[in-house]
Amino acid sequence: MADPVEPKLPRRRWYWLLLAPFVCLLWPPLYDRVAPELFGFPFFYWYQLGWVMLTALVTWFVYRMARDDG
Amino acid sequence: MVNVAALGVAVVLFLVVTVLGFAASRWQRSDLALLHEWGLAGRRFGTLVSWFLIGGDLYTAYTFVAVPALIFGVGALGFFAVPYTAIVYPFVFVVMPRLWSVAKARGYITVADFARERFDSPGLALALALTGILATMPYIALQLAGMKVVIAALGLSGDWPIIIAFAILAAYTYSSGLRGPAMVAFVKDSLIYITIIVAIAVIPARLGGFGHIFSAAQHALAARPKPGSILLAPGQFLTYGTLALGSGLALFMYPHAITGVFSASSQRVIRRTSLLLPAFSVVLGLIALLGFMALAAGIKTASPNAAVPQLFLNMFPAWFAGFAFAAVGIGALVPAAIMSIAAANLFTRNVYREFLHRRCTAAQEASCAKIVSLIIKLGALLFVLTIQPEYIINFQLLGGSWILQTFPTVVLGLYTRWFHGTALLGGWLAGMLAASWMASTSAFTSPTFALPTPFGSQTAYIAVYALAVNLAVAAILTVALDAARLPRGVDVTRPGDYV
Repeated sequence: MADPVEPKLPRRRWYWLLLAPFVCLLWPPLYDRVAPELFGFPFFYWYQLGWVMLTALVTWFVYRMARDDG
Repeated sequence: MVNVAALGVAVVLFLVVTVLGFAASRWQRSDLALLHEWGLAGRRFGTLVSWFLIGGDLYTAYTFVAVPALIFGVGALGFFAVPYTAIVYPFVFVVMPRLWSVAKARGYITVADFARERFDSPGLALALALTGILATMPYIALQLAGMKVVIAALGLSGDWPIIIAFAILAAYTYSSGLRGPAMVAFVKDSLIYITIIVAIAVIPARLGGFGHIFSAAQHALAARPKPGSILLAPGQFLTYGTLALGSGLALFMYPHAITGVFSASSQRVIRRTSLLLPAFSVVLGLIALLGFMALAAGIKTASPNAAVPQLFLNMFPAWFAGFAFAAVGIGALVPAAIMSIAAANLFTRNVYREFLHRRCTAAQEASCAKIVSLIIKLGALLFVLTIQPEYIINFQLLGGSWILQTFPTVVLGLYTRWFHGTALLGGWLAGMLAASWMASTSAFTSPTFALPTPFGSQTAYIAVYALAVNLAVAAILTVALDAARLPRGVDVTRPGDYV
């Protein structure tokens, strides 16, 4: 048996942030448009590619904030 | 016609990975006659190796051929691979460290091991193992199909190149286990990154920029007998969203993905790897756009799968086309090896040791896995040499719907024991039957199903509909079986196993 330790108060409330990519990516009417374009990419394409990077950033942020809890 | 320069480059690269694959047995040397050493590389991989390994494992040769082919064929709908491979990592970040934790604490090699102890149900464990093996077989065959595309593009004909490539793969997987594909993954991923960076630097400039590529692609798609578009039609919204969601939830239920996770050395490694894996998703998004570039370049091919290889031959000097083809071909070797190892682990642990040879020694267990990995690869080879590729793709689509039916046991079971083990087995069976029936209504050619509802017909990914059936049946049966006082069995995992 491991030493009895006080249960740490989990800082898992930050985990809710991880729902953002699901909401923003799984409902196509939000982004199914050509305008505004970026570097010749229709909105549909740069928005989703942008969210790939944003998802990584959000996850990294959650990792930093919730790290104490292993 | 054989393309000598391209073939020369591809053969040299293939020889390099062959040497690496065999040398891998000496890497972090230990006793390969133990299943967790052969099949999980001793659970010792750090963030860098895990990133290369899991990235090389998930982004398969077939993905790199099929995703741009789908974009080339139908337009925007094919881009679902991007939201799919974005949402999967927050999911992995939250769930997989917990699964790893219980697996490490209790010595699990497969998720069926977990189901066995958590729900005290050999039947549920067997169902999970068979689903995993069944869903993996056509996936391995598709890696071979991806390889066949590039071998054909190199100008070789006949079956012997693929037979040689697979014999070598089988030999080093047998001798090195998971260390083999882990080492080859370094080469594979590097080749893929170089190829896509060069392709994105060179091809759009030669086609007049991205703005022109998208408008030319729109014209070409609209002129098809069955017109496509670079945007979704309103009727495709639900299909697009459920394809992304269902594929995202299913991906880490596949045995080869779980094997990658279990080989990590700590939970921290899994979390950090899931932060870094989206780099592959960006690459996948750019590769998807190669489908539009092929449209803009006016490429016409008999099969959409050949569009991107043809684009490379038109745009690049022969030697670099060979480099790109080698990237895809070697790209097939890594997932094929890990898939065969994962399926062999399932058979060994949850069929052989559970039902056929209960008192087997550790050495017998490992040698069973090695032999089964050979048989599985041989089966996949026969599959690809004898069955039309369209059928293999249909099997794979069905496999994705099947593997998602293990989700309630594996993921929900990780957090709650509310479900009765026998009810989960009933839900699984209902989900499998529902998925197979829905797929049969399109003669196994479409991953979607049009469900008649009071709000009109709703077309969505079969896997998601089947999961809803699965969950409903599991919940109802849980209530019913508890009311009938059917014993639940003993959960031998402890709260401390889930950190």
